[in-house]
Amino acid sequence: MSEATLIKDAVCSFCGCLCDDIDVEVEGGKVQRVKHACRLGSSKIMGHGRIESPMIRKEGVLVACSFQEAYDRAAQILLMANKPLMYGWASTSCEAGKKGILLAEEVGAVFDTTATVCHGPSVIGIEEKGLPGATLGQVKNRADTIVFWGCNPAEAHPRHSLRYSSNACGRFTPQGRKGRKIIVVDVRETRTAKNADKFISITPGCDYEVISALRMLVAGKGDNVPEEVGGVSKADLADLAATLKAAKFGAVFFGLGITHSRGRYKNIDNALSLVAELNQHSKFVIMPMRGHYNVGGIGQVLAWSSGYPMSVDFARGMPYFNPGETAACDLLARGDTDAAMVIAADAVSNFPRTTAQALAKIPVIQIDPYENPTTLLSEVVIPCAIAGVEAEGTAYRMDGLALRLRKMVDSGFPSDEEILIGILESVQKQRLLKANEEA
Amino acid sequence: MIIKGGIVYDPANGIYGEEMDLFVDQGRMAEQAKGEEIDARGLLVMPGGVDAHSHIAGKKVNTGRIMRPDDSRQGTQSRTSVCRPSTGYTVPNCYAMGYRYARMGYTTAFEAATPILEARHTHEELAEIPIIDKGALTLFGSNWQVMECVRDKDLSKLAAYVAWGLRAARGYGVKIVNPGGGEAWGFGGNVKGINDTVPGFDVTPAEIIRGLAKANEMLHLPHSIHLHFNNLGKPGNYTTAIETLDLLRDIKPSRMRQIVHVTHMQFSAYGGTSWRDFESKAPVIADYFNNHNHATMDMGQLLFGSATTMTADAPLEYGNARLTHNKWSNHDIELEESSGVVPMTYFRKMLVNAVQWAIGLELALLVKDPWKILMTTDSPNGSPFVNYPEVITLLMSKPKRDAEMATLHEQVPKRTTLAGIERELDWTDIAIMTRAAPARILGLQDKGHLGTGADGDVTVYNLRPEEVDASQDHALVKKALANALYTIKGGVVVSKEGQILATPPGRTFWVDAAVPPADADRLMLDLEDKFAKYYSIQLSNYAVQDAYLPHAKAIRAGLPVEPLPEVA
Repeated sequence: MSEATLIKDAVCSFCGCLCDDIDVEVEGGKVQRVKHACRLGSSKIMGHGRIESPMIRKEGVLVACSFQEAYDRAAQILLMANKPLMYGWASTSCEAGKKGILLAEEVGAVFDTTATVCHGPSVIGIEEKGLPGATLGQVKNRADTIVFWGCNPAEAHPRHSLRYSSNACGRFTPQGRKGRKIIVVDVRETRTAKNADKFISITPGCDYEVISALRMLVAGKGDNVPEEVGGVSKADLADLAATLKAAKFGAVFFGLGITHSRGRYKNIDNALSLVAELNQHSKFVIMPMRGHYNVGGIGQVLAWSSGYPMSVDFARGMPYFNPGETAACDLLARGDTDAAMVIAADAVSNFPRTTAQALAKIPVIQIDPYENPTTLLSEVVIPCAIAGVEAEGTAYRMDGLALRLRKMVDSGFPSDEEILIGILESVQKQRLLKANEEA
Repeated sequence: MIIKGGIVYDPANGIYGEEMDLFVDQGRMAEQAKGEEIDARGLLVMPGGVDAHSHIAGKKVNTGRIMRPDDSRQGTQSRTSVCRPSTGYTVPNCYAMGYRYARMGYTTAFEAATPILEARHTHEELAEIPIIDKGALTLFGSNWQVMECVRDKDLSKLAAYVAWGLRAARGYGVKIVNPGGGEAWGFGGNVKGINDTVPGFDVTPAEIIRGLAKANEMLHLPHSIHLHFNNLGKPGNYTTAIETLDLLRDIKPSRMRQIVHVTHMQFSAYGGTSWRDFESKAPVIADYFNNHNHATMDMGQLLFGSATTMTADAPLEYGNARLTHNKWSNHDIELEESSGVVPMTYFRKMLVNAVQWAIGLELALLVKDPWKILMTTDSPNGSPFVNYPEVITLLMSKPKRDAEMATLHEQVPKRTTLAGIERELDWTDIAIMTRAAPARILGLQDKGHLGTGADGDVTVYNLRPEEVDASQDHALVKKALANALYTIKGGVVVSKEGQILATPPGRTFWVDAAVPPADADRLMLDLEDKFAKYYSIQLSNYAVQDAYLPHAKAIRAGLPVEPLPEVA
């Protein structure tokens, strides 16, 4: 591995953009240079501080152990639990997700993904109304009107505008940014808003009202719209409705600003209805800006395995889905889970405080390359290879397109998939031992 | 394995209900074998069922699951020591797909529509479907490269692209859906007929269909083009059907098979000028098929109750959603296709639905040669595939049809000819329509028959064909077809009386067609340009990697290779 090699067209495993034009220089078994990636992606691929060894907590302190010891302890925790929670999955491969679902079936766990604190409301909105979408290349080649609602790709998805949206050039959009109208709807003037033709500032928590007003204006029922809705004047709304109706191809991208403000999934339901109705006047599509690079992928894997894309309870031996009951936060808030595995996500940093506190009261198994606040309360910590850098696999872009992640460098750590197989085998072995003892 | 004393229907080998022993050795049919004995004395025995058109895997199916938790909750079954859990009715999870086909005695099913760009996803799901062998048809009908080759009348480059696209998608055959319409839908439009120009591309659907049919034959592909007509699902569309079929009459097949397979014909056999005077034109369509030999079809039978419509005909789905006020998913695929998914319920008392129900049956009963028409429901568009036993019993029993008709909208006898059709299909017809014909139409040499060397896929049904009267005892027949006594896949009993006993992984068929290197080189210049300018991913990340087909079975075709031996 001492000779320098160039890996072309590697897939960046950072955000939902899944940029696949990354060139990576590897020498001496290490990534030396990353080209074309944004700062976020490049920093991930270059690598930083890692958990060095598997650890088990003994008398309050995490103590290094072997991988097998960690697998056995993790299996023991899962087997002892009445209703374990297996949470995360957004920053690893679909292959790991598949093994995780198998393990969840085996131990009767609740399987949930980071979507639960992210685009979960979007999923529920889609269950109500469906998703009129497209691949990102369709937006690049056709869109003359783009709305960013409650999202800030300039900072969260830095290459989105150049590769897929505002500034991308395509067959019917040869002028790129110049030929497009960009509209940003948000509660504050973000960096994305600064690149827009029109910024519409709305009162926080008023997305639903503003979308409803737009639906009325699009349907020609503007007479019933008051002079101001959610901090936006009727004139501005009428103007926006006219722009949307006049689009040749319009696209709405939306983020957590709308999924986690007042109204939650109802906001998405309303936005999906708006887009469906706009198709009577022009061509329109809509897409959630998925954050973690494979949060979309785990939703796909879970859907084809269990029928549902998140929050699936396998405790009954069959999949059961009832968001509000089976979602990770609900489960923790009710104290309805007695062990947790957190993989490829940092639950403690992202959960509401009371749910994070609930985690602290139960044994937690962490599988992650990096130390994070979840490590601090974990009973077992298992470091893994970084999917998409040190392990191959599959990930789904925010538009649902599957791409093959490359392995760029070797790692001394097992992949998430290998770790999950290790735990699964240990579960089966311990179960057999117990059955033999009882016999 | 020895299957003893069954009444065997193997029409591909001229066996129509003969008592005989069958032998399976090392997964294949053999002259002699030892081992496990299956007692099939007096029972109905057929080759494993083959479904040539079913939506079983990929983005559309998964979109159906995600947007329909109501559907996923139906049909839930626990994990067992052999099985993963099952969920869903119209859109089952992957495991249920495999188990449910196996229970009915089916051992092969082909996914009906996959865009090249999203084929990786399709293969991820296919690999998760246990037991059955499978393949995926690849969409070409609104593809920019296809339309440009057709516009430039560059057939050899078109053939090179079809071969390249099949390889990139690990696809089995050329699927064409509402040709040109998928591109027009990119800006919210559609094409209205086969001579309409596709906006921005200066080609017509007629030219696309002819071009792809010719390329298909240049490549000697095992399957013909697989066509979903323009104007599908619209009153009066039978004229589009006939016009399109006439387009292809002069093309010479490269193998002993049809030039075009028309899929879910029921949705394209409509008369009338609107839903008000909507009526069946099945007799006209059946007449055409009776008088021509270049085309085959599958029924696309509709049954009452819940369905999930999913198709690459995206404008149709938008229409469905507006018509029913139901939820609507749409997915346009850059440079290649568009698609949509809409849940649907079909009602007995709704005249249009009742007429649609009758049309599918009329087609199957009026087409004289069962080798020309396959039994399908375009699952889950007309109904999920678990309802095949219902369709089969309707075809075999006039009393059952009459009893059903009595529960439908009163206008059905006036708008269709079904009430006057006396024909009842027999077990030979059924064995052809569900086994022998789909295998022959797809060009699967080792499927759909029980000759020596064929795949050891055998179904034993708990029915005595020499005693049971399918016309009168249709309830008994339906029950027996729903859960085969034995489903044997590759010499292994995978299902017994509805109980799944083993879940071997199925193989995935794909077609690797060779083309002259010069044509491939010319093509690559075009493709490099398209990926540099238009696609949102790199050329090097486009094709499906081998890792996604853990049990691949490549079938060779193409110009320089010897023609494959014909199917029996």
